[in-house]
Amino acid sequence: MRPILMKGHERPLTYLKYNKDGDLLFSCAKDHNPTVWFADNGERLGTYRGHNGAVWCCDITSKFLSLRDSMRLITGSADQTAKLWNVQTGAQLFTFNFDSPARSVDFAVGDKLAVITTDPFMELTSAIHVKRISRDPSEQTGESVLILKGPQGRINRAVWGPLNKTIISCGEDAIIRIWDSETGKLLKESDKESGHKKTITSLAKAADGSHFLTGSLDKSAKLWDSRTLTLIKTYVTERPVNAVTMSPLLDHVVLGGGQDASAVTTTDHRAGKFEAKFYDKILLEEIGGVKGHFGPINALAFNPDGKSFSSGGEDGYVRLHHFDPEYFNIKI
Amino acid sequence: MATTLDLLPKPRWSDVADDDDGNVEDLNSRLLPPTEVIGPDENGIKRVIEYKFNDERKIIKVTTVSRVKKIKTVVNKRVLERRSWAKFGDAVNEDVGARLTVTSTEDILLERPKAPALVLPKGSTTEEIKAAGDSLGQKGGATLMVCRNCGKKGDHWTARCPYKDLAAQAEASNTNDANPNAAPSSSGTAMTTYIPPSKRGGALSSSIKGSDMTRMHNNENGVKVRNISEDASEADLRDLFGVFGPLTRVHILCDRKTGCSRGIGFVNFVKKEDAVRAIQKLDGYGYDSLILRVEWAASRPN
Repeated sequence: MRPILMKGHERPLTYLKYNKDGDLLFSCAKDHNPTVWFADNGERLGTYRGHNGAVWCCDITSKFLSLRDSMRLITGSADQTAKLWNVQTGAQLFTFNFDSPARSVDFAVGDKLAVITTDPFMELTSAIHVKRISRDPSEQTGESVLILKGPQGRINRAVWGPLNKTIISCGEDAIIRIWDSETGKLLKESDKESGHKKTITSLAKAADGSHFLTGSLDKSAKLWDSRTLTLIKTYVTERPVNAVTMSPLLDHVVLGGGQDASAVTTTDHRAGKFEAKFYDKILLEEIGGVKGHFGPINALAFNPDGKSFSSGGEDGYVRLHHFDPEYFNIKI
Repeated sequence: MATTLDLLPKPRWSDVADDDDGNVEDLNSRLLPPTEVIGPDENGIKRVIEYKFNDERKIIKVTTVSRVKKIKTVVNKRVLERRSWAKFGDAVNEDVGARLTVTSTEDILLERPKAPALVLPKGSTTEEIKAAGDSLGQKGGATLMVCRNCGKKGDHWTARCPYKDLAAQAEASNTNDANPNAAPSSSGTAMTTYIPPSKRGGALSSSIKGSDMTRMHNNENGVKVRNISEDASEADLRDLFGVFGPLTRVHILCDRKTGCSRGIGFVNFVKKEDAVRAIQKLDGYGYDSLILRVEWAASRPN
């Protein structure tokens, strides 16, 4: 396959996300402008101007006014805000102000709620905020429905569990937690033995939400059940995992990472292992690797149709890969 | 398909000059029959008949036959609508030359991992090698197996030294002991300046010198192996060459930067005959889809 290289960002990529229909690709980077691209040919559709810091995460609505309409974008940024945008025009609709950088954002099923995590900052501890999203931007308020506190260190990712009943969070303390999204009670915690040993960097839900994959700096990725938080599989690799994603079509998981960015210039380029590694989800067998980035992979996303995937690296490039027909017949 | 229809008299230069600033296109359209398009018929065959001049000013009829195939793709209504969305943000006044989106010229494949590593050496073979090494260690009173790290005789090889971490300390004490033997000028600066190993106090003692000798001896019967697969480990090489006789050393050269194998290895045999046999048998031997090149390691005196 010949990947499409998209050079719209000046700084390392932080997050990639497709909309539900898989025709738009949203990219966030440490430069201040989240960007939207057409996911088939990589043409830039627009940028969302207004943030004043690195943008860490984004999410797109999928059922805002009508089914699958991709109307609103939410972004979380290091400028201590999370912003709501009109996807089509790039207009800023609302700003949620926090006292510390916003790290992760996620719309609930139905797009009526959003979960935003904030980093520990000065004396503040990290927190998970649940916000109500109004259909009319003029009625939007910044009040939190629920604030969850407790975990030590940064919370790198928080997403909604099945039927919006729970919130799944993970972060620097290497523990995955499941919270009740109504009461804010801590329901489950991953145990130390089976869980990750170092910072969890990424979390990706399966297309049906029944299970999710976490990647960690302990050079492994783990597959968990969303309801019971039982460990299903462990994928072991030889470098820290920065980004994970799962194919919605085949039983494949993709892990991206590489050596620490600060060590890149001191070693040979082959030593970095900046490939996106494909593993069989069930057999744990390595299927292959896709090379190309000049730095660690920070973000990975699979097109919801399963026929293409994109990766974003520390090198500032987004690489969009449309699979060759052979990919779909790989036997192991 | 190209057919010459008839010869046209070359237009005179004056005619051309009269013709609105010599517009060749216009002239051609007047002189040539119009282009015909036939089809596409029910099989999707389309014919385009064009006329043009060739270099010799002859009219050429060019018939292009092509098959027209309609491919239907279902595009989501919402996706189609989004396709027509106006650009916004920085994308509005984007330079044409900016080329933010480039298709890679490089064809990137999903690289399948290499075949799983060969089966690890069985316990029996390692035992055998060990036994061979032991016999070598205490052969006829002369100790061949001397650890260069700790100086222990007949117990282990340098690479397997259990006292690796303690080596520096041991060495230091060694030099201190030997210092009285060393020249007075070097004794004062023993710890601060560099002294080549051959001039160090410890090197003068007979045991170390002996080990140097044995080392040289160990380099005898060396066989160089080229074109080894990157996946082959030293254990694999040991398996491969061990069948010819006891080995004293197996070593694979590694890339300093990546730690990957460079495909070159060295094997030292205890007996010369074994080495000769190994070279005879394994030179040109297919191993892990590559053809091994086996030869003497260094230019030999004989």
